[in-house]
Amino acid sequence: MTETRNIEISELRHLVSERALEGETMLLNMGPQHPATHGVLRLMLELDGEEVVNCIPDIGFLHTGVEKDMESKIYQKAEVMTDRLDYLNPIGNNLVFCLAVEKLADLDVPARAQGIRVILAELTRLSSHLLWLGTSGLDVGAMSLFLYTMREREIIQDIFELCSGQRMMTTYVRPGGLWRDIPVEFEGAVRSFIEIMPRRIEEYESLLNENPIFLERTAGIGVLTYENALRWGATGPIARASGVALDIRKAMPYMGYEQYDFDIPTRAEGDVLARYLVRVAEMRESLKIIRQALDKLPYGPVNSNNRKYVPPPRSEIGVSMEALIHHFKLWTEGFTIPKGAIYAAAESPRGELGVYLESDGGSKPYRIHYRTPSFAALQLMPLLAKGHFVADLVAIIASIDIVLGDTDR
Amino acid sequence: MMDLQPALNAMQERFGVRSQTYRGEISLHVAPNRIIPVAQALRDDFGFDRLADLTAVDYWPQEKPRFHVVVQLYHTEARQYLRLRTALEGNAPGLPTLTGVFLNANWYEREVWDMFGIRFEGHLDLRRIIMPADWEGHPLRKDYPLGYEEVQFTFNYDEILTRKPQPME
Repeated sequence: MTETRNIEISELRHLVSERALEGETMLLNMGPQHPATHGVLRLMLELDGEEVVNCIPDIGFLHTGVEKDMESKIYQKAEVMTDRLDYLNPIGNNLVFCLAVEKLADLDVPARAQGIRVILAELTRLSSHLLWLGTSGLDVGAMSLFLYTMREREIIQDIFELCSGQRMMTTYVRPGGLWRDIPVEFEGAVRSFIEIMPRRIEEYESLLNENPIFLERTAGIGVLTYENALRWGATGPIARASGVALDIRKAMPYMGYEQYDFDIPTRAEGDVLARYLVRVAEMRESLKIIRQALDKLPYGPVNSNNRKYVPPPRSEIGVSMEALIHHFKLWTEGFTIPKGAIYAAAESPRGELGVYLESDGGSKPYRIHYRTPSFAALQLMPLLAKGHFVADLVAIIASIDIVLGDTDR
Repeated sequence: MMDLQPALNAMQERFGVRSQTYRGEISLHVAPNRIIPVAQALRDDFGFDRLADLTAVDYWPQEKPRFHVVVQLYHTEARQYLRLRTALEGNAPGLPTLTGVFLNANWYEREVWDMFGIRFEGHLDLRRIIMPADWEGHPLRKDYPLGYEEVQFTFNYDEILTRKPQPME
């Protein structure tokens, strides 16, 4: 019979200061059940009065073993699990999985599918930033903002429902293209959304940008300097708020991002306020990309014609024996991918989202690893929290925009 | 796009690493005892300034050596990734830690220790990160059972333990 092991404070000796061992400073648990940690995150805090001396993040409460689980599922089924990792960026997660599969299988994606993927990925970015804006507003005491951002987020979810039948876990992006083409109502719905959205963003800004309480709570809090952002390999809005102009969409364009004209908003301050400003500016850039992608969207097929990977259309199954065989094979044993390893990366709302995929030539991923931006961002927490008050910690956690499903996988 | 070939040639000469290109991605195969100097040289002399990802793969039982540690480095100027692969012998292998070269290797190495049981020598905080601190075994190893396990209760723990598949240590 194995005993439950008690973790002694001496095991964390290297993480806390000398004073904690003598009882001069206080050790306090924040979380795992705490409304401000945005999920099940536990922070072990060493406090000197109200000031944070050390912050030790403890993660894994939402670990679901997705990487292990995917090793026993065919690629089509494994993709369904990717939505659940970062549940605020489901299409981005699907997309990067498909990018990896397509790169390893050398599978082409038609231009129309690429355009739709870009529109949906940017809509997801907007919906993720909207939720982030609302909840981080709540964290620093701006209550009303949440209602407005959720109102707009609802429109985006309706668009997702329109094309995939699902509001969040869409699995709409598939290897080789999309599940199916978008309905005719899609364009009108997206156009009316990007029409109203700039006005709404101004509305949010009018609530926050000159709000003295908000400025007091965010300016100069949780500063990540340019040097530290580089040394710690920060990505996404966190890096850009510290002056590192890194965006995978620009640096290594995928899905035809190089055809769209957009900027990478950066700030030099690196504090919570700068991260807010960068994300709001990013929302405007996303709208720009969506508009261009809609204008450019070509007609044509949305799926690759490679029948070894993409199931045939329903209409063909009744008339072609070969189509029937392909359909049967693809949905029973799945497709096989040549032996090899690949790393595909995309820009998620939180930063670099990478997939390391290794295939042994079979129909299941031999090893798949998600390099998630939340995991990387949370690593910065001890650095950002040092010297701040507990109340500021709430603003800092909000500003790094973590999703615990993404950290723990 | 910047050409990385001079950098690869120089690495080959200095450290005897083998490079391999597959689908436009370059991998360097590095011996475990050379991983620190190689990473250091890539960072300081060739501009690979960001560690994007660090993970491992288990090839049990078909291949030997069993584990590969896979590191993704990013070159900001050339906008390219480079992969380092290190093959590790044995069932409980060790590798010098990369935290001295790239600070953010910290949590990735903790995750690899947690999931694969690969020790990173010199790592200052090598605790489990995702699984509970008293967890037994390393879940992402291929010999770690995936489901279909009998549930152990306090009254029959030892009895079931005897017929359970045991991870190799």
